Amino acid sequence: MATSESVRQPLGASVPSSSSSVPITTITSRHSALVRITHWITTLCFLALLVSGIEIVISHPRFYWGETGNVLTTPLFKLPIPSSRNLVPTGYGYVLPDQNGWSRYLHFQAAWIAVLTGLLYVISSLFTGHLRKDLLPGKADLSWRAFLTTTANHLRFKRPSAAEAWSYNLLQRLSYLFVIFFLFPLVIWTGLAMSPAFVSAFPATVTLLGGQQSARTIHFFVSLTLVLFLTVHVIMIFLAGFWTRMRAMITGRAASPPMERT
Amino acid sequence: MSNLSRRKLITTGLAATAGVAGLGVAARLAQKYGLVPPDHGGFYGLGETLTYASQRLLTRHSLAREFSRSQISKPPFANEILPLNDAFKRLQAGAFVDWRLSIDGMVDRPATFSLAQLKSYPSRSQITMVQCEEGWSYVAEWIGVPLSHVLNLVGVHPQARYVAYFSIQPDWWESMDMADALHPQTFLTYGMNGGELPVGNGGPLRMRLPRQLGYKSVKFITHLTVTDSMKGFGRGLGSASPEGGYAWYAGI
Repeated sequence: MATSESVRQPLGASVPSSSSSVPITTITSRHSALVRITHWITTLCFLALLVSGIEIVISHPRFYWGETGNVLTTPLFKLPIPSSRNLVPTGYGYVLPDQNGWSRYLHFQAAWIAVLTGLLYVISSLFTGHLRKDLLPGKADLSWRAFLTTTANHLRFKRPSAAEAWSYNLLQRLSYLFVIFFLFPLVIWTGLAMSPAFVSAFPATVTLLGGQQSARTIHFFVSLTLVLFLTVHVIMIFLAGFWTRMRAMITGRAASPPMERT
Repeated sequence: MSNLSRRKLITTGLAATAGVAGLGVAARLAQKYGLVPPDHGGFYGLGETLTYASQRLLTRHSLAREFSRSQISKPPFANEILPLNDAFKRLQAGAFVDWRLSIDGMVDRPATFSLAQLKSYPSRSQITMVQCEEGWSYVAEWIGVPLSHVLNLVGVHPQARYVAYFSIQPDWWESMDMADALHPQTFLTYGMNGGELPVGNGGPLRMRLPRQLGYKSVKFITHLTVTDSMKGFGRGLGSASPEGGYAWYAGI
């Protein structure tokens, strides 16, 4: 059975360990220009959404389930932070400055840019083959053994092989697919389900989630999951070599192109 | 220059030209069909315009969700209000008998209405949600006269584009486009949950637009102006909200 390891071992072994012995090729790039540009626009948008989202939550750090919720109803849970509104009983005795105006403007502006960028990325990925070649796991890779091997390597904080600088491993592929096709759509859906005008045209988008406050609560947890993804993503970049991975995502160049691709 | 890079250059150039031209045409069309909000300028203008334009296209005639009587929030919630001014207190002392709503601007017959007059028109009720931009919400029954009924009485000019509405409280005013002004759920509200509208909820007269967030439902309404442009009002951003940093359109 050909696991990813057995396929990649000879490839990885044939790659020179030092980048100086092989000239950097400019013909093959690790990441296409489209992937690089959409990656960094999404990064900027995500950070803007995160900061503005935190500011909006601070004005009412209480979460509910169902259609409605306010300071007179029992919350599902409360965040242990002060609020930017004096009407919210937080027990902290002081009120943070109100930042909701620009936060809401920024949140929706960044959301628009992120959604349009995401659409451009997904549609072009279908045509260029990026989705099929780089993201969907190959048949050989999609086995429990391969899954367990990559997971074990990750848990041991094993430095990835040189071949992995040129291709995503199984766990990477699965987590990117999960973020692109589950978390991002869900965070957009739950966001829109909080819009009174949007749900007036599409009421099922909020009733399916159990109500407007349920949508807000799910939106919060999906955002937390995305922050968790970002944290792991950044840790992995440091483990794999911060500068080489940053260079690959900024200029498209990787240090040592594998023989098969040159 | 190789063929490949020349071809790339030409396609990129054509795409950029088409993009710029497309944006220009889109901006023209958006202006023509009233899809540009008064606070479209500045750094956040792009997101604000995209939100308003797309929601206006999707929701021109859609109805806000209505709830069953059993879903009315108990106990009824009332958000904090600023200390009421002397003009309000004087009218309150007289049980709001002298409360007046005046309508002027682009109308055939500028008029002033008492609460009794407004209550004599066909009354409607809706059980809808009030959603605050902060995140909390409640459901209540709102009773009033559709704003469209009163606008028909005064005769709105065909070129009207906005209805600006003012509270008796200082610096508290908003405006809405005609799609919202003529919407069947936009009420001049004087009752709540089967009774009078409490002062804490905006009584004796509150504007209700259930398809927008709570801050568009201004309390203590005394004056409406119908206009074709918001330029002459305040700093020309559409309402007091953008002057305080909040979006004019609050459908999201």
